[in-house]
Amino acid sequence: MRFLFKTDYEDDIRLMPHSGYLVTYGVLLALLAVAPFVLSSYIMSQLVFVCIYATVGVGLMILTGFTGQASLGHAAFLAIGAYTAAFLQQYNVPFPVYFLAAGLLTGVVGALVGFPALRLQGIYLVIATISFAFIVEEILARWESVTHGNEGMRVKTMQVFGMAISRDSPTFYFLCLGFLILTIVGTLNLLRSPTGRAFVAIRDSETAARSMGINVSLYKVKSFAISAAITGFAGCLFAHKLSFISPEMFTLLLSIEFIIVILIGGSFSLHGAVLGAIFLVMIDPLLTYLKDDLPGMIAGVASTFGAGKESASHIQDKAAAIASANGLKGAIYGLIIVLFVLFEPLGLYGRWLKIKLFFQLFPLYKRATFKRQKIYVKSERNR
Amino acid sequence: MSYFRAEDLSLHFGGLKAVDAVSFAVEKGEILSIIGPNGAGKSSIFNLISRIYPPTSGKIYFEDQDITQQPAYEIAGLGIARTFQNIELFENATMLSNLLVGRHRHSTTQLWQELLFLPSVRAHEKAHRRRVEQVIEFLDLEVYRDKLISGLPYGVRKVIELARALCSEPKLILLDEPSSGLNVEETGDMSFWIRDLKTDLGITVLMVEHDMSLVNRVSDRVIALNYGKVIAMGSPSEVQRHPDVVAAYLGA
Amino acid sequence: MLDFVQQLVSGIALGCVYGLIALGFVLVYKATEVVNFAQGDLMMLGGFFAFTFIGMLGLNYWLGFAGAVICMALFGMLAERVVVRPILGYPQFSIIMATIGLGYFLRSIAGMIWGTDDLKIDTPFSQGVLRIGSLVLAYDKLSVIAATVILCGLLYLFFNRTTLGTAMRASSENMLAAYYMGIPVKRVVSIVWAISAAVATAAGVLLAPITFIHSNVGLVLGLKAFPAAVLGGFGSIPGAVVGGILIGVIESMAGFYLPQGWKDVAPYLVLLVVLLLKPEGLFGVHTRKKV
Repeated sequence: MRFLFKTDYEDDIRLMPHSGYLVTYGVLLALLAVAPFVLSSYIMSQLVFVCIYATVGVGLMILTGFTGQASLGHAAFLAIGAYTAAFLQQYNVPFPVYFLAAGLLTGVVGALVGFPALRLQGIYLVIATISFAFIVEEILARWESVTHGNEGMRVKTMQVFGMAISRDSPTFYFLCLGFLILTIVGTLNLLRSPTGRAFVAIRDSETAARSMGINVSLYKVKSFAISAAITGFAGCLFAHKLSFISPEMFTLLLSIEFIIVILIGGSFSLHGAVLGAIFLVMIDPLLTYLKDDLPGMIAGVASTFGAGKESASHIQDKAAAIASANGLKGAIYGLIIVLFVLFEPLGLYGRWLKIKLFFQLFPLYKRATFKRQKIYVKSERNR
Repeated sequence: MSYFRAEDLSLHFGGLKAVDAVSFAVEKGEILSIIGPNGAGKSSIFNLISRIYPPTSGKIYFEDQDITQQPAYEIAGLGIARTFQNIELFENATMLSNLLVGRHRHSTTQLWQELLFLPSVRAHEKAHRRRVEQVIEFLDLEVYRDKLISGLPYGVRKVIELARALCSEPKLILLDEPSSGLNVEETGDMSFWIRDLKTDLGITVLMVEHDMSLVNRVSDRVIALNYGKVIAMGSPSEVQRHPDVVAAYLGA
Repeated sequence: MLDFVQQLVSGIALGCVYGLIALGFVLVYKATEVVNFAQGDLMMLGGFFAFTFIGMLGLNYWLGFAGAVICMALFGMLAERVVVRPILGYPQFSIIMATIGLGYFLRSIAGMIWGTDDLKIDTPFSQGVLRIGSLVLAYDKLSVIAATVILCGLLYLFFNRTTLGTAMRASSENMLAAYYMGIPVKRVVSIVWAISAAVATAAGVLLAPITFIHSNVGLVLGLKAFPAAVLGGFGSIPGAVVGGILIGVIESMAGFYLPQGWKDVAPYLVLLVVLLLKPEGLFGVHTRKKV
């Protein structure tokens, strides 16, 4: 175990409390840097999506995880960012300008959504954000002079200072990764400053926050704006990655996916947002892989356990039929969400912390350390 | 002119008069206790002062400024801090960040500076931390610095609430039942600290309290309330001997 | 004028279905403070059960209806036991996610079992219309309205006149205290889920002749019923029905009188406006935390 001796207030402010962090993140960064030259183009493409989803996850984490304001409308913010970028690109606006415009405009819209949301709490806020997302979706489908309606919009290859950056190039990957890192660092900075603490204070007790001099309304709007702006930036990258956008890409299901990102990763931590994004994006190739190889594996296992050749191939066919059934992905998806909430409410990051602790305390670890306490329901209505 | 004044303060919920034309004044540097049976309107007065409820009528003055219409979050900015009867700490944060939130009214950094964590923000953070550490030392809270509030016992939380209020460097502090839920020893500590607030830090204290021994030990003056009305005012012993107060408590 | 009445009636009929689903939301919420996002999918499943009994096994309509309701009541209890009970008391957000996951799961499984085609149940009211002067009202729509009125009456009596109803209200306020007072909290919660699944099934079967049953019907209608529940003030039973009817009427009026596209957005616009003016919904009680 490592013991930290703090000798300066700086020790509590530093982002990396000890040299171990530097090594870990250094290695991680190096791996991410060589990834495009090692991994297949399909996996690289998925990695770009991981970066974009993680960026949105961080944005949503600020609003939902830290400020305690649930939102099921983030797909709409992503859409606003994406459409702003696509629209401005038509008029040959350079990338840096429309990238900024996408983020800032979405931030402004986020603030505007934040104002009416001030008086709403819990379930009312959830439904209000859903409503907002529906309205945005409908506007995108109907405002044809700007958005081309349901036909969608083409997004041309990104041009930065005369250099074309194709959506499959390593440069595009580095751009997304770089923006993700920027977002994370910015968020960490925010969290160790008065604004971040004000967010957490609002999450835990609005009354106390107010009595401590925090302008709750202002900070909620700020949180909405920051979260939306980050999502808007991500939307611009998302549009470029897809090279084509249409309203049906930004439905409630996408908002739910973002929530899954922060939930599976583990709320209240930025690690969680990134882990959740990795999980959500990578589950697709994983399921495809399982679909192709699992039936063969099952048959193999069956034949080693004494099943005849005929019955083994029969089992293989059966398994293949089940694996290729329509909608299996959705079922597995749903199952994973339920299982996560039931057995790992702290998400992937929580699991990681437990494993770490297990090795730190190795012979002394007791199962009861993380035994869940019984919780009884008390009305939240009077909050 | 008095340091803090409430004039004809009323709070009605429908027909119920929770606070009914209450007037009192607090002098600079004194400890004033409000006593009264349950439901007498003591906490409601605090909630009126910290603007959780708007008063039905009446005015509140602090340092000769009318604060009746100020938004709730500006009350702290004027130098009035408070604690809560049922503890309102930020449960899922460490004690240190709870106390740093107490410094909020002194923070001047802008959002964009914070996003970049400019040296000025860093310097501010260190300055805040220094003040917080003074409070931690004053109230003997060193061991709990990095502990999450949700895991701390009730008595400690009560002290942390006081600490958080002190971190905002108030001129007037409102203590809502500082000893409720504390054992005899903890109540003893609390009474010393409340005296120290006045003598060492020069903070004016307005306190709601049920524990008469604590009230007697620390208060300069006492106000007794019943059914939202002031029934007696004066030194602790005077108020306790007042026939209306005796009647209110014994139900005669 | 005739068009208006026609639209009004079909709006009310649609709204009653929303109201019935919303009722399910509200029942579960009242008893356990759980917002069940899978409510619409329970309705979908109920519809499929009824289809299996009536369409595939050839049972009598009423028998099949009853069978579906009973099966779904049991299924509701099962869902509560497996998915919700272990996490009761966790932050609301976690529970919402669990029910969203359950919804995903149910939709996919239903799609795998019953296929992705639209299915139709023949009901006694499928054909036939009621003519009043030149006004033509379809029986299937009227049957929905009638059933909603009956169900609401029953639920009202149940909640306000039986000890079990009182026990439910008590356990929603403070489960531990209710437990200590001798209320069998677990059984109470189980029953609430059974009732809410049964109500959802009733909605599903009644709806079958109006919109067909398919695996996504729950999602689509659930998302309309949800604003209905919120509009009425989450936690109010009459509110849920009134909210549902309002949403239904708004939708059908907007579909008829306003340009294309408004039909889907209008309910949400109205909802946002209402929430702006009255953040606790039309029938909700404004409460604030005591400090």
